[in-house]
Amino acid sequence: MNNTELELLKIIADMDGKPEGAFNIRANGGLADRQVTENVDIRTKADKSGIDIIIKPNTKGEKVHIPVIISETGLSEMVYNDFIIGENADVEIVAGCGIHNCGDEESRHNGIHSFFVGKNAKVKYVERHYGKGEGTGESNMNPTTVINIAEGGYMEMETTQIEGIDSTKRITKARIADNGTLIIKEKLMTHGVQKAETDFMVDLDGENSSANVVSRSVAKDNSYQLFLSRINGNNICNGHTECDAIIMDNAKVSAVPEITANHIDASLIHEAAIGKIAGEQLIKLMTLGLSEQEAEEQIVNGFLK
Amino acid sequence: MLELKNISFTAESENGEKEILKNINLKIDGGFSVITGPNGGGKSTLAKVIAGIITPTSGQILLDGEDITGLSITERAKKGISFAFQQPVRFKGITVHDLISLAAGKQIGVSEACAYLSQVGLCARDYINREVNASLSGGELKRIEIATVLARSTKISLFDEPEAGIDLWSFNNLIKVFEEMHDTLGGSIIIISHQERILNIADRIIVVSGGNIENIGSREEILPSLLGKADAGCHVLAGKA
Repeated sequence: MNNTELELLKIIADMDGKPEGAFNIRANGGLADRQVTENVDIRTKADKSGIDIIIKPNTKGEKVHIPVIISETGLSEMVYNDFIIGENADVEIVAGCGIHNCGDEESRHNGIHSFFVGKNAKVKYVERHYGKGEGTGESNMNPTTVINIAEGGYMEMETTQIEGIDSTKRITKARIADNGTLIIKEKLMTHGVQKAETDFMVDLDGENSSANVVSRSVAKDNSYQLFLSRINGNNICNGHTECDAIIMDNAKVSAVPEITANHIDASLIHEAAIGKIAGEQLIKLMTLGLSEQEAEEQIVNGFLK
Repeated sequence: MLELKNISFTAESENGEKEILKNINLKIDGGFSVITGPNGGGKSTLAKVIAGIITPTSGQILLDGEDITGLSITERAKKGISFAFQQPVRFKGITVHDLISLAAGKQIGVSEACAYLSQVGLCARDYINREVNASLSGGELKRIEIATVLARSTKISLFDEPEAGIDLWSFNNLIKVFEEMHDTLGGSIIIISHQERILNIADRIIVVSGGNIENIGSREEILPSLLGKADAGCHVLAGKA
């Protein structure tokens, strides 16, 4: 691996050298390195591009890294990854996609990630998207995540796209069974003429199921963001969706929360707020000695922390 | 030393122009000064003029002899002016620790940040990693606001109505903070307040009313007349009843 690729790995997956535990590194469309453990198996799919990550029941405390990096310009790929989290397991999965596009052709990574969270299993899924490159070629990513949470299962998804991705359309669909919980935290920053669309669709099917979908975003320059969040309460359940966006320069942001109660005991809340940085926030930080630009940076960084 | 020379400020309003500050002249050189007076008299405007948030229509502001009238908020902050807002600002994502570090002008450790919080009567460990957002109560935000000024430890510390928006019980505790500050914080402390207990610890009282400095002097000189006025007001009201 060259330095560019190693740097991408560090940014998207906190990987500095070989991590402990299971990992799978996909680089420029092929397998670069893999390690499995007694409890975590990673297999290449036979019928299509992608991998199966199989976590044995009762696996506790393991961390799995599955980064994807693209450093060749003009590479376009479609990947299918399935995550099977065994009953009572408690694990963390760090995924991420980094594109370094120095050329003038478009680089594209599309992925469909399917999660099967077993009974009473707990998984934290961290996903980072990052693009870099001096070339004129676009870096595009379109991840789709399909989540199935069984009885008593718990999934926390943290998805971050801070810079460098020219166009993204992120689709997340989830179905949650009895006593299951889904928490999604999205952080997004767009600049230049970037476009980012997010589409969450959660079905709270189970009794006492719950979901909390929270997005914080900053849109700068001439970028555009669309946030769609739909929660259907189909049983006794709790659902909350929140979109909070800071708009700057000539950017445009749309937030479209939609909640549907199909059951008398469904309790659903949506909140959406879009606005520029409050003048009094800038003034307060300026009275602490920060310049207006430094104040703006602090406010944005804090907001997306 | 902070010196205001012929400071006037006229605001545009629906009913035409309104003169909020009228030719204010004031010198503050160390000590604990309390600016008091009726609501709408120009006190907060005066504080904002000093901090650079409002530009005066005319007049000059000097800090240690240097004309700072044309300096921005940031430049004045760097020269040594600190300002605690009447209504503290909330920030999503910025923690109490972050804010105190920004105030101190450097990344400070947990124990140092905690020391400032303890000074304002907050149990530091409970607050250090909390966000400065709507989850904090008005009293908590007020204390954190004061802690940012302590962390800056500058020549001039301005507090705009520290008692506003907090309940009497919280305020009683806050008084102790100011009593201690009187002894520990160097430089000039300027507090805008209506509270007798704050006036009681003032070295100097400045009464601002109708955009003018109506009266100025030591606590001993000014306080009795202020309290006398308040009493008189009560007697009048009692008489009417």
